[in-house]
Amino acid sequence: MLNPNPGLIIWTIVTFVLLLIFLKKFAWKPLLEALQKREESVKNSIERAEHAKQEAERLLEENRKQLERAGQEGQRILNENRALAEKLKEEIVYKANQQSRHMVEQAKQEIERDKEAALIQLRGEVATLAIQAAGIILDETLDENKHRKIVDTYLKGLPKN
Amino acid sequence: MYFSNPDTAVIHQTVADTLHTAAKTGEHGESGGNLFTGLLHHVYDSPKLDLPFIGEIELPHFAPVHIGNFSFDLSITKHVVFLWIAAVILLILAITAARKNSKRTVPTGFGNLVEVFVLFIRDEVAIPNMGPGGVKYLPYLLTTFFFILIMNLSGLVPYGATATGNVSVTGGLALIAFIMIQVSAIRAQGFGRYLAHLTGGVHWILWPIMIPIEVLGLFTKPFALMIRLFANMIGGHIVIVSLIGLIFVFQSYIIAPVPIAFVLGINFLELFVAFLQAYIFTMLTSLFMGLGMQAAHEEGVSDSHGH
Repeated sequence: MLNPNPGLIIWTIVTFVLLLIFLKKFAWKPLLEALQKREESVKNSIERAEHAKQEAERLLEENRKQLERAGQEGQRILNENRALAEKLKEEIVYKANQQSRHMVEQAKQEIERDKEAALIQLRGEVATLAIQAAGIILDETLDENKHRKIVDTYLKGLPKN
Repeated sequence: MYFSNPDTAVIHQTVADTLHTAAKTGEHGESGGNLFTGLLHHVYDSPKLDLPFIGEIELPHFAPVHIGNFSFDLSITKHVVFLWIAAVILLILAITAARKNSKRTVPTGFGNLVEVFVLFIRDEVAIPNMGPGGVKYLPYLLTTFFFILIMNLSGLVPYGATATGNVSVTGGLALIAFIMIQVSAIRAQGFGRYLAHLTGGVHWILWPIMIPIEVLGLFTKPFALMIRLFANMIGGHIVIVSLIGLIFVFQSYIIAPVPIAFVLGINFLELFVAFLQAYIFTMLTSLFMGLGMQAAHEEGVSDSHGH
């Protein structure tokens, strides 16, 4: 059993070497090449997928940021407008108040002026009436100018209103 | 894996004793002994080939070729036939798988099965032991693995024989492994460094001791490969023969179910061992090749530290 048979050793070596040559050319080379090609394509696919994922994540992040920015911008515009409106309102109200006050003041002044004019006219009327009355009473006609002087002095003695 | 050798040796001894007694018993019971020795002959090489339905046929016999003092008997024996059967099966299977896998991007079925082994040899055997440079020896390792595997398995088929259960076949494979180990080492580190490595890197005074040891070391590795594969493959067969032989020793049919149950168990074990030994042979070859290829690098590092 342990006696080596040189012929069998030679047959083994010959068979093995021929087998190696044939298999290397027709089996292992195409097999290993297909394997390597596939491994490379898998690696590339994974890399591409990874890249796409990163890109998608980046875009998502960007979108999120943009959305946030837009929200902030909208809020800011809203606040600004609200403040503006508030200011405008206050201004309008203030102006209207002022105007109304002014108008009231003007009206008052007008009234005052009219009153004064009316008083002056009244005084004149009263003087004329008084003179006429005095003339009738005294039955004598005084010098118009003299009378007017007397009445005027009298009227000046009266309180202003 | 290393301890399996003494184990097999023990089994071997036991088997030899059993056979001896069995042969003696066989003399008393007439046909029993003949049957038993006939059974054992299935394990050994023979110039005859058993075929189903046809019976035994004589294989061509050639006159020995004489070269100098050596004579080579190149007769076709049973194991040569099974060597060739394994080679043809492997050629068909591997080429089919290669064709299938080249056509498709995703391998399926049989192509995928072969690829699992190819990937295993590449990623778990060649690259870890030899580094990326080992890829160029992949065809050799793959051929070794599949050839041994198919030869191992062919012994489990009815009418089959295990060519790897013959020390000459494993010797031939080990011789090729020896050549590959030296070639890969020389190619990786150059012939000068390869020779320098044989000195073991010790002081020159120690060279007369070191060089024979290193040279011996070159031969023990493939020798161990040869014995390991041979002993493992024949060991299982001899155990099976011995178990079946028990039927003849006891000369009773009643005892038959017990050995047959054991034989079934051993058969499963052999199926496992067939894969295991093909893997171990390939793995150790690539390991030895890797050691030779990396020796240069390691020595360079130790040199720069030493001086």
